[in-house]
Amino acid sequence: MATISPAVPAPAVRPPSTVRRALRYNWAGGGFGFLWLFLVMLPIYWIVITSLKTQGNYFVTNPLKPPADPTFDSYRLVIESDFARYFLNSVIVTAGAIVPAVAISFMAAYAIVRGAGSRLLKGMNAVFLMGLAIPLQAVIIPVYLIIIRLQMYDTLAAIILPSIAFAIPLSVLVLANFIRDVPKELFESMRMDGATEWGTLWRLAFPLTRPALVTVTIYNALGIWNGFLLPLVLTQSPEQRTIPLALWDFQGQFGVNVPAIAASVTLTTLPIVIMYAIGRRQLLSGLTAGFGK
Amino acid sequence: MTTLAPPVAGAHRPTTTSGRPSGPVVWMALPAFLMFLAFGVVPLLGVLALSFTTWDGIGGITPSGLTSWKATLSDPGLPHALWVTFLIMALSWLVQTPVSILIGVFLAAHKRYRGVLAVLYFIPLLLSSAAISITYKALLDPNFGIGTGLGLDVLNQDWLGDATLAMGVLIFVVSWQFIPFHSLIYQGGVRQIPASMYEAAQIDGAGRVRQFFSITLPQLKYTIITSSTLMVVGSLTFFDLIFVLTAGGPGDATRALALEMYQKGFQANLMGPASAIAVIIVLVGLLLAMVLRRLGGRADESQLEGA
Repeated sequence: MATISPAVPAPAVRPPSTVRRALRYNWAGGGFGFLWLFLVMLPIYWIVITSLKTQGNYFVTNPLKPPADPTFDSYRLVIESDFARYFLNSVIVTAGAIVPAVAISFMAAYAIVRGAGSRLLKGMNAVFLMGLAIPLQAVIIPVYLIIIRLQMYDTLAAIILPSIAFAIPLSVLVLANFIRDVPKELFESMRMDGATEWGTLWRLAFPLTRPALVTVTIYNALGIWNGFLLPLVLTQSPEQRTIPLALWDFQGQFGVNVPAIAASVTLTTLPIVIMYAIGRRQLLSGLTAGFGK
Repeated sequence: MTTLAPPVAGAHRPTTTSGRPSGPVVWMALPAFLMFLAFGVVPLLGVLALSFTTWDGIGGITPSGLTSWKATLSDPGLPHALWVTFLIMALSWLVQTPVSILIGVFLAAHKRYRGVLAVLYFIPLLLSSAAISITYKALLDPNFGIGTGLGLDVLNQDWLGDATLAMGVLIFVVSWQFIPFHSLIYQGGVRQIPASMYEAAQIDGAGRVRQFFSITLPQLKYTIITSSTLMVVGSLTFFDLIFVLTAGGPGDATRALALEMYQKGFQANLMGPASAIAVIIVLVGLLLAMVLRRLGGRADESQLEGA
């Protein structure tokens, strides 16, 4: 499958690269590359080492030197500050939104491809495409109003419902493009075997579309996991806080205890970094989901 | 191998590749459609409707004609927020585009060490805006932050306390967060430039710099437009980052449109004027997307938000 693989050097089929080799080694490029690496890694390095310092130590040691005696006290403090609950909330919101969002987007994408002649479906597809242009920020006030009227304010469901809706347009676009590439003969033979469209959807299209489903899932899951505005506007009590909001709150709560703030940032970021380490390629292709060339 | 955006890549057969459906399929699209209608389309119409009302966010909503619009358009906060938004948009574009192109070109070459670098380059993509803002806020502390660490007094500034510096920090943090994403787009774009073009240039004796300006840059035209559209339209809606990093301050130095809307609506409880600002955000976004699309000249391709 065509996956993006920036981390893996091209396979054996390189073009005869004598031409490229004829150029001098690109020192400027390499230097620039490492300079950028420094800029990217500096804050990350700093946040990790700071999280291992004691509060007293933070004010007297060089900010960029790792602590001589690393301590996990700050992590303990963060975990004792109800971290598990916020983490669980984020898991519930992300899973609760992503599973239905991808499932109904997949169904819609299938219908749009299979029922290509239908006016109704064309209209729906146009609405989804237009939806790509609606920024969540701009409609947050009516969304807030709707959530209040549904008596859902300050629940996790309040975050989940709009998250599902805003995952739909791009998911439908990407999945429909993918389903369109399934050979017509396969659908035809399913029909000959007497399969219903519902059966064909799950037994034929679903397995064949799996890479795109993974892509769409990752892209949206990351967005929902890191989402800030919806939890900020639609919830209020600490019990409903998701991780990004909890981080913001920790920052106020810990005040000058910078190592604790650093530990909270590190701890909330760790799960995604671990996932990145496991599924880097899917993740990166997921991030550019929907781009043409 | 290695094309960007796997799902869209590949040959697109024109229409009805899949033959006749064996039964009705329209119903399958309904759940997604209704969901999007309820939380996407209705709110879009709703925000327009709400901009003609007065509402404090808790009590009843009363229609009030043009009151909210008049209040919004005569508020000096609006032109200021528009100016700040424009400044963020222009400056972050100016910083991000050249750097992203260079990194994209750098990563497009198939070299092992660059592959390893790429893994690290993309880490900012994973982090929430809240985490990034909080990190920078602490890192830029005038007394215990980066300046002390590197022993450079120049870096010991009250970064977020000075209007100009705060704007600079904001642009830097935005770039830090989003350059990896745009590099990824450019990397894909560069890899699609036929190698034969470079070989021909080589034979003509063009050096690396010449090749960059004569081949790479012109060939990246559409990628630049796509990436720029995303940057420009996306910068209209910056919220989390500014909210956590500066909260619009110092004073109102970094109060962009989305933040202005949030503060009017959810802090000052003026939902009518806030809705009017939201309508302005949508309109400006559509206008910019249309202008950039015209520049691209490819009407068939949706270049809005992630498409």
